[in-house]
Amino acid sequence: MKTLKELQEIRDREKGGLDERCEGATVTEGAPRAHVLVCGGTGCTSGNSKIIYDNFKTLLAEKNVTDINVIMTGCFGLCSKGPIVVVYPDGSFYTHVKPEDVAEIVDAHLIGGAPVERLLHAEKDADGQMKSINDTDFYKSQRRVVLRNCGVIDPENIDEYLARDGYKAYEKAVSTMTQQQVIDEIKKSGLRGRGGAGFPTGMKWQFTHDAPGTDKYVACNADEGDPGAFMDRSLLEGDPHAVIEAMMIAGYAVGAERGVIYVRAEYPIAVHRLEVAIKQAHEYGILGDNALGLGHKFELELRLGAGAFVCGEETALLNSSEGKRGEPRQRPPFPAVKGLFGKPTLINNVETYGNITQIILNGADWFASVGTEKSKGTKVFALGGKLENVGLVEIPMGTTLRTIVEDIGGGCPHGKKFKAAQTGGPSGGCIPASLIDTPIDYDSLMAIGSMMGSGGLIVMDEDNCMVDIAKFFLEFTVDESCGKCTPCRIGNKRLLEMLDKVTKGEATLEDLDKMEELCYYIKENSLCGLGQTAPNPVLSTLRYFRDEYEAHCNGKCPAGVCKALVSYKVDPEKCIGCTICARNCPVGAISGSVKQTHSIDPKKCIKCGVCASKCPKGAISK
Amino acid sequence: MTEEKDKQFGEVLESLKDVPGPVMMAMQKAQEIYGYLPIEVQLRIADYFGVPLATVYGIATFYSQFRLEQPGQIKIAVCLGTACYVKGSGGVIEKFGRMLGVEPGHTTPDGRFTLEATRCIGCCGLAPVLTVNGEVYGKVTEDSVDEIMAKYNNA
Repeated sequence: MKTLKELQEIRDREKGGLDERCEGATVTEGAPRAHVLVCGGTGCTSGNSKIIYDNFKTLLAEKNVTDINVIMTGCFGLCSKGPIVVVYPDGSFYTHVKPEDVAEIVDAHLIGGAPVERLLHAEKDADGQMKSINDTDFYKSQRRVVLRNCGVIDPENIDEYLARDGYKAYEKAVSTMTQQQVIDEIKKSGLRGRGGAGFPTGMKWQFTHDAPGTDKYVACNADEGDPGAFMDRSLLEGDPHAVIEAMMIAGYAVGAERGVIYVRAEYPIAVHRLEVAIKQAHEYGILGDNALGLGHKFELELRLGAGAFVCGEETALLNSSEGKRGEPRQRPPFPAVKGLFGKPTLINNVETYGNITQIILNGADWFASVGTEKSKGTKVFALGGKLENVGLVEIPMGTTLRTIVEDIGGGCPHGKKFKAAQTGGPSGGCIPASLIDTPIDYDSLMAIGSMMGSGGLIVMDEDNCMVDIAKFFLEFTVDESCGKCTPCRIGNKRLLEMLDKVTKGEATLEDLDKMEELCYYIKENSLCGLGQTAPNPVLSTLRYFRDEYEAHCNGKCPAGVCKALVSYKVDPEKCIGCTICARNCPVGAISGSVKQTHSIDPKKCIKCGVCASKCPKGAISK
Repeated sequence: MTEEKDKQFGEVLESLKDVPGPVMMAMQKAQEIYGYLPIEVQLRIADYFGVPLATVYGIATFYSQFRLEQPGQIKIAVCLGTACYVKGSGGVIEKFGRMLGVEPGHTTPDGRFTLEATRCIGCCGLAPVLTVNGEVYGKVTEDSVDEIMAKYNNA
């Protein structure tokens, strides 16, 4: 148990060291002369960043270097270039670091003072100098509010969170504001739910506050199920205390003493860091019967998911948190009135909570100064798919898709043409290249038939077939439909069968109209958000890429993806009769003798494409 | 061995006695201990918490992480999240299926390999991604399937 005064002493003690973790910082006397930050996010950990961290520690210790601080942080964002190591105060940005590179960085850079050029992120400024991390195209258009501590602090060290004004927002809320003042501040900020639907957060808080009863819950939705989305995971991994503090503020505002974080079991690192953070918060007396000695009680527990997409829907999440099948409930009553174990419950998404401390500390006006008229603040996106720079970005609302794809994402690799971006995962839609100047905010995306969603943004190039992509998402929702209501369970299944017909070239133009009709039927009649949005990928691709659907009806897949419509052919002009294709064909479909033109038997061919990938002359094409 | 697991699981049940909504947590712990959910274990959970076996079975079949069959020694899980899919993980899992002779979700008859399609594991920056017994392989291609299989076949 620490007093407020002791917490402030920790902040003052640690603050200096943290301020030096930025470019060009002046190093105070006696403080570490350099900070080596190693990314400990899921992506970089998969690339052995833990070993890299250990190597730095061991090597520096062996060489008796004691004035350099090595920290394992949360995600830096640029996952495709991982593992990432950043050295401050000079801001050297190392990418694709391997455990065996560490010795060179230690000797040449940390001891010798000359950064290892071959490992630096290869982006040069006008003068031919290597750019430091904050000047790179990937980072310079970003604005970090929610991710302010990710890639800066050690998420498993509560002292470092404290030094970044940690738990000051809670202190301010409880000691200087009434419950209603806190709620009003959130309302005034214009913050909307970051889980996808964009419901005004302050309203939710008000409803829960106004609900009768003294036994209430605050829940955090960390069941980030959208494939290709990892914003919430990165925030939990990089700054778990920010979410805990926000839930405590919410608990004070709505009058709840208990909180539950429902997190996907597929995120072991996030779960671990949350467990560590909760334990530390207890040790410091931040969580518990008399939080921070301010007279308010708050307890927090974790509940793990078990792999069901529908549990991201708030009422399904409540059922799952109670240990039941994660089937959604009829609304109303809304969770604010009757939620977890039948008690009034406030449910917000991880990223929504990520904004709270900053709104309380800096004020609603500061928050609302960023963004567009109806969408305030920033949004974190997980960029994925066919982009040079894949990873996590935080941008002001209203930034155009072009800025995200071309400037931050670096465009499609191999000079391929940008075809579409998909937002909102299986509930969202595709934004075609013609709408690349659309500002990204809740209402603009809704108007063009997509949605903000939780923040997955997948880019597709000319090699992706839009019918195939629609089918991919629909297969996902059919698989994940809980089966409770008929429109979703049967409607989507029928829709998928029709889509399957299209990809096999067996559909007619009338079938496309029927599909569209069925889509609207499912949307209007399903019980929960999963069913209501499941047809969106089909509808939006039908809207913007109808020509591709029509081409499939005429027996052609323009992108050459749908197998039933593709046949592999040998170009007799290019074939040199090397027999490599015939030897690699898994089904013996290729015949021809040495130095003779080969041919593929279409009856035997399973269209696996091995022959085309092995042919040294590029003689086999679709 | 089983006796030891049974004892260990008994302690888990004990620790969940006063937790509200404990059934799923008990099942998750059971799977950690046994590797899957044998019917005897499901019965034990049902008895302990006084719920019908159908409730436990209903939960087990609702969530994709619960397994009712003993998994193979080597678990190959290919991510079929969007980012991985658009970069070709569909072809990767198909190739594993061809080489192992099993469909995703199944185990080879000799009990060595289980092939699974997983939901997004959040390593989208390394897409396409797969894991073999938890070890992550990033940026895989259909060619890397041969290398990975060779590594585990010789192991």
